[in-house]
Amino acid sequence: MTQPNSQEAPLLRINALTKAYPGVIANEDVSFDIGTAEIHALLGENGAGKSTLVKMIYGLVKPDSGQMVFAGAPFAPPAPAAARQTGVAMVFQHFSLFEALNVAENVALGMENPPAMGQLAERITSVSRAYGLPLDPARRVGDLSAGERQRVEIVRCLLQDPKLLIMDEPTSVLTPQEVEILFETLRKLRAEGTSILYISHKLEEIRTLCDRATILRRGKVVAKTDPQQASASELAEMMVGTALKPAARVTGMKGAVMLEVRGLSMAAPSDFGTALKDLSFQVNAGEILGIGGVAGNGQDELLLALSGEITTAAGTVRMQDDDLSQQGPLERRRAGLLCAPEERLGHAAVPDMSLTENAMLTARVRENMDKAGMLDWGAARSFAQDVIKAFDVRTPGPATAAQALSGGNLQKFVVGREILQQPSVLVVNQPTWGVDAAAAAAIRQALLDLAAQGAAVVMISQDLDEILEIADRFVALNGGQLSASEPVEGLTLERIGLMLGGAHGMEVAQGAPAHATAPQGGPS
Amino acid sequence: MIRLERRPQPSRLWVWCTPLLAVALTMLAGGLMFAALGKDPIEAIRTIFFDPLFNPQFASYSRPQLLVKAGPLILIAIGLALGFRAGVWNIGAEGQYIMGAICGAAVALALYPLDSPIVFPAMVLAGLLGGFAWAMIPGVLRTAFNTNEILVSLLLVYVAEQILAAMALGLLRNPDGGGFPGSRNLQQYPSAANLELIAGTGMHWGVVTAFITVILAYIVLTRHVLGFHIRVTGSSPRAARFAGVVPARLILICLGVSGALAGMAGLYEVAGPAGQITIDFNSGYGFTAIIVAFLGRLHPVGILLAGLLMALTYIGGELAQFMLGLPAAAIQLFQGMLLFFLLGVDVLSNYRIRIGRPGVA
Repeated sequence: MTQPNSQEAPLLRINALTKAYPGVIANEDVSFDIGTAEIHALLGENGAGKSTLVKMIYGLVKPDSGQMVFAGAPFAPPAPAAARQTGVAMVFQHFSLFEALNVAENVALGMENPPAMGQLAERITSVSRAYGLPLDPARRVGDLSAGERQRVEIVRCLLQDPKLLIMDEPTSVLTPQEVEILFETLRKLRAEGTSILYISHKLEEIRTLCDRATILRRGKVVAKTDPQQASASELAEMMVGTALKPAARVTGMKGAVMLEVRGLSMAAPSDFGTALKDLSFQVNAGEILGIGGVAGNGQDELLLALSGEITTAAGTVRMQDDDLSQQGPLERRRAGLLCAPEERLGHAAVPDMSLTENAMLTARVRENMDKAGMLDWGAARSFAQDVIKAFDVRTPGPATAAQALSGGNLQKFVVGREILQQPSVLVVNQPTWGVDAAAAAAIRQALLDLAAQGAAVVMISQDLDEILEIADRFVALNGGQLSASEPVEGLTLERIGLMLGGAHGMEVAQGAPAHATAPQGGPS
Repeated sequence: MIRLERRPQPSRLWVWCTPLLAVALTMLAGGLMFAALGKDPIEAIRTIFFDPLFNPQFASYSRPQLLVKAGPLILIAIGLALGFRAGVWNIGAEGQYIMGAICGAAVALALYPLDSPIVFPAMVLAGLLGGFAWAMIPGVLRTAFNTNEILVSLLLVYVAEQILAAMALGLLRNPDGGGFPGSRNLQQYPSAANLELIAGTGMHWGVVTAFITVILAYIVLTRHVLGFHIRVTGSSPRAARFAGVVPARLILICLGVSGALAGMAGLYEVAGPAGQITIDFNSGYGFTAIIVAFLGRLHPVGILLAGLLMALTYIGGELAQFMLGLPAAAIQLFQGMLLFFLLGVDVLSNYRIRIGRPGVA
């Protein structure tokens, strides 16, 4: 491994950058250096200011004050094109790809002066081989997995020979095997002298990959450290500010089967949705079933089929003796099957409505908030109040609009709203996505408590650590198909990765580096 | 530098102030327009807004007209607002209004000269069903084939106009009318006439129905699960489905209610102020009601006030036409400005204006 040489002049020096938005200071007096040929971690919770900082480096946002120096020259990119010209490239967390176009066309769209298509395809193939990132330039992006889409973004950056590559949460959509491939690529880049600014909140990754780490909290640099020397819990404490209590787990007795899904198939509800193919699983009382998998593999569709927003063939969704497959959301709630969808604003909650109205949205039938259709707003208000109190939702009160809450607080409200209705079965999709660490811990604890009280919980999540932390059994949802379930106890990340389909497309890879976890090449 | 900054939540103050601001801006811009036409702007504004109600010479005639004109506007606008709140865009209330009038009048003419207290209720029912059925056409096409209800309902207005002309010339023509187009005058058929209930007020059954509808719509929107589902569907359709709303059912309810109310408005008009089915019976209430619905913030009480205001500009506009010689087009432009400014200043309820450099709030 090449050691970073911090004695030399740094590649990028960031000096006292400050950026304020109305109501919040996103970055305050942020200074650090990124050396040549180093992988530098930028660590922080959601909302710590990581995104704003890299947007300033990439020319998307102009700092209010402070300077940057890139390779010895003052650097103040007015637009991303200027940053790219200087040698800065960025892979975004949310891909900017056109699904209807093929790989080469997508790459061409992101270039200043794209060469002819045939030539470009050759260059894509050669770059992707050199770095072990198998890609077929002629494939349509809509058919690619998330990991393959990310490769398109990376190859697009590499074609420009960047000096600094910024990667924003690159592993959130990857299987463990794909993460391993990505790390190989990044190490190779470092060996060739490229610097990488690696943004993440996953501590183990940073410890294995990065040379130095800068930790942001509430817009300020709170620590600079060598991540390979610090322990994960030390890093977490620096990131969050306080020591987090791990979720307390009480393994109680497993009860009867509460929810049974048998042979559930469903056509994709939209063009780029995923069809569900013959899913079967059971959840017992007192148990948390973790459904893992990268988002976009049927997770949203499964939630719609369970919540009753889309009905399926008779006999496919059963609760004890009731066949709910043909019932709508109201009947399913009455039967005790409650759901919390992934998208908080616009699906789980109405953005411009108050928390009281959002309590009415899903709690009406179970909490008797209406008589013959006439609504009892007093009951809704006090229920909203109860949720706010029980789940520590930080808000002025139940009259606040849902969109005025932070992501974590709204998620606590959304999950709390369902839990306080005492479900027999609760289905949650990505319960802690985009939520700060403290709120995520509170939500996980609430799910554990609910299961301990005898409810069955189905947790759909792409955060594998989260599943390992609180689920009892694990199944993988990949390409609309479900694997067999396995108990979480004794499950390794490698095994999970294989259940998730291994590394997508690696079986056709040529010139891919050999790495420790040789994938068996599952369905991709 | 002037910037617009998004408010964390819509300002309640501005939601209610924007209509007043829009009225003020309309008066200002309208005054400039009248001045450009060579008229005294102050006098023109006074003739439109003040004289119909308070000028001793005209008030006795025009004051009752206020309710006569506001009644159908409010009745139709309430129905439209329920749909608009849910994102169901019924633009064809004019057609439903015509069909309600034809169906109601047809019942009366079929029963003529029967003298019975059931004649009028039967007409109301027929008017309601006529408008309802006409609105069901875009409704069913939308739910079954996903057609655009804006286009279908609007085009059906022109179909309804043709049917109206055919009826006035054919089936419903007055057999004692010497061959002239137009039906019997229902005002001269006591069992069917929708006459003024209190002399000198303009209050007829249609106005009463409009007021009752305002109250009912208020209750539905604020206290009933249907109104809640309408509001949820309008702001986030996916959340509505999650809450158990069946979108197709809600679309049919919204179109059906707005069609039925427009049909009733047509019936009350044909049995009362208009008196008969004629080729040019419809006078644009169905379209003006769209402005009324938005001017009233899609809120029942707001619509009540907006309907009265709009009726005032109609009456005042007519007055200004013959008193000051203003062209009819100028009056229509004036009414159009009202909607234009309302939509324009609407941005203030969701955004605030900031002057100067961005800073920390």
